Amino acid sequence: MQSDLTKTVIHRTLMQRTLFEKIWEVHRVAQRADGRDLIYIDRHVLHELHAHHAFAQLQKQGRPVRRADLTFAVQDHTVATKPGRDDDTNPSGSAFIKAMRDGCRDNNIRLFDIDDPEQGISHVVAPELGIVLPGATHAVPDSHASTVGGVGALAFGCGTSELAHILATQVIALKRPQRMRVRLDGRLGAHVSAKDVALRIIAEIGVAGARGYAVEYAGTAVRAMPIEQRMTLCNLNIEMGGRSGFVAPDDATFQWLAGRPFMPQGAEWDGALRHWRTLASDDEASFDREVALDCTALEPQITWGTDPSQVVGISGRVPDPAELDPGRRAAAVSAFGYMGLIPGTPLIGLPVDRVFIGSCTNSRLPDLQVAADLVRGRHVARGVVAMVVPGSSSVKREAEAAGLDRVFRDAGFFWGESGCSMCAGGNGDRGQPGERCVSTTNRNFENRQGPKVRTHLASPATAAATAIAGRIADARQLMSGTA
Amino acid sequence: MMQPFTRHTAITAPLIKDDINTDQVAPLLHSRSLKEDYQAMLFHRARRRDDGSEDPDFVLNKPQFRGAGILVTGQNFGAGSSRESAVWSMLANGIRVIVAKSFADIYRENCLQNGLLPVVLGSEIADEFIARVIAADGKAPFTVDLVALKISGPGGPDIPFEIPAADRTRLLEGLDDIGLTLKHVDEIASWERRVQTAQPWLQAVQDSR
Repeated sequence: MQSDLTKTVIHRTLMQRTLFEKIWEVHRVAQRADGRDLIYIDRHVLHELHAHHAFAQLQKQGRPVRRADLTFAVQDHTVATKPGRDDDTNPSGSAFIKAMRDGCRDNNIRLFDIDDPEQGISHVVAPELGIVLPGATHAVPDSHASTVGGVGALAFGCGTSELAHILATQVIALKRPQRMRVRLDGRLGAHVSAKDVALRIIAEIGVAGARGYAVEYAGTAVRAMPIEQRMTLCNLNIEMGGRSGFVAPDDATFQWLAGRPFMPQGAEWDGALRHWRTLASDDEASFDREVALDCTALEPQITWGTDPSQVVGISGRVPDPAELDPGRRAAAVSAFGYMGLIPGTPLIGLPVDRVFIGSCTNSRLPDLQVAADLVRGRHVARGVVAMVVPGSSSVKREAEAAGLDRVFRDAGFFWGESGCSMCAGGNGDRGQPGERCVSTTNRNFENRQGPKVRTHLASPATAAATAIAGRIADARQLMSGTA
Repeated sequence: MMQPFTRHTAITAPLIKDDINTDQVAPLLHSRSLKEDYQAMLFHRARRRDDGSEDPDFVLNKPQFRGAGILVTGQNFGAGSSRESAVWSMLANGIRVIVAKSFADIYRENCLQNGLLPVVLGSEIADEFIARVIAADGKAPFTVDLVALKISGPGGPDIPFEIPAADRTRLLEGLDDIGLTLKHVDEIASWERRVQTAQPWLQAVQDSR
């Protein structure tokens, strides 16, 4: 027979919930006949690569958009970055841009068009305008939707059919994921950022390590991260297979969000804030999987291969396949061929042809500031093509107000209009076959940045130091003059 | 609307690699239009050599696998981007079943939305099936039966597989996903009313400027 005390303990443990469960339960509208939960989507953001398919589908079915007022659209994937761009500067994008514009007009959806002063990458624009909120759900037809988990929103990347489904119903039909917590403790060293932390986690647990889980990032290292860094961390969640990843909001989040144009204002803000302060996992809540990493000794990280788990510390070498987990050897050998690398080669010193700073991963103002601080008074190495593409037109304006564009231009960087650009090359910004590129983006897949382009993922600091050196470089050495 | 799936008999092609991503399945091609050629998109880069000619070594270019309607592959198929073209390009080539050791989450959802059957086999059983597919070498077809939940074909006994009952029904009946959800439209409306009171900031968004 159980004692009262035991009963109390069991009861308390049962009542303990993770933040994910709290947000899920609040947003659970119903359970469908097929067992899926219908989860209400508070904010839905479209982009031009998928929008036209969904609009066409709904039109054919005669179904209206249920909540145009909770829906936004941003032109980002195919827009040119060339100054003075218009719809046709990237000819392969113009049909998509125009089709989304027409669909948004017909359906009364607020569009941040190519010439809008607040256009940018959806995952950058939505938080900076205050379109996403802590404890709210968010969907984008793009796998990096969980970037906005950095402000404590629960986001779902989705496909085109799911996009049409959300437009028609304002809910998404999902099986409930399992709960995972990634605990990051310790203090990050100089020139070590959330990008390096995320790459290390992916290296540890693999590209499918978070598949089927909603991931909460916690720990002292996360708490110390500015909001933009938390967004970088959550952005890379899909690269370990997780659809949703987030950080519980705190005072830093609320300060960051306060006053943003689409945020609640006045008394409504006060009410929201009272609720947001309750958004945390309970102390005794249990997770289905826990991963921990002490970040104190972490050095900058960089990928050597063709998936985001093929990562090494910047002072390391291309691994010997014999040192790798047997399941990862075949992929490594294939990656060596594509990347033109021999096991045992040090990463530092590898000559590069191209450097790209941008994308939903690393294109917010602090990312550009870090890079500019390294670049200031120096010049891009001869023969290297270096680009900076701000994540939004607002970021671009703020950077220009701070003089960062001058720093980059004077150093020989191209300074572009905002968009996804060279992350997937959907706008025509691509490398040439065989080029080696250090990139602050999220995927080093074969041919992603152009046919046969060899991509190394790294932080803005590493990318900037590399552009100056013309070879893969450690920002810490550049700053101490030992590069 | 999606085509119902009951059973599919087809040549089965082995694409034995883990972590095949959607950039590989359906590359973003430079010249694009709203009506894309999904048939040509499938493994567009992998199918060609540097000079643009067909790579005879790529499995789907081999004469015996050109008409393949079933693919068998490794772990984590469909990783990466959420692009649904990575499913549409399969269907445009007559591929209606992918047998894998596991699928990326969003890719699997996109399959279910479009009537493409994602079959997951345990690692050992998958390896046995792969061996049979390689041995058959496109000379005889396999049948994937969603009614009987088994794969049959040359080289051995039937292989049973599992799929969540709800996903099975949805595929068998070709159910309209939006239609299924709209049966709950009253609950959606009452959720909106409730939250309008409890957390009004969720139900209204406006530019305060």
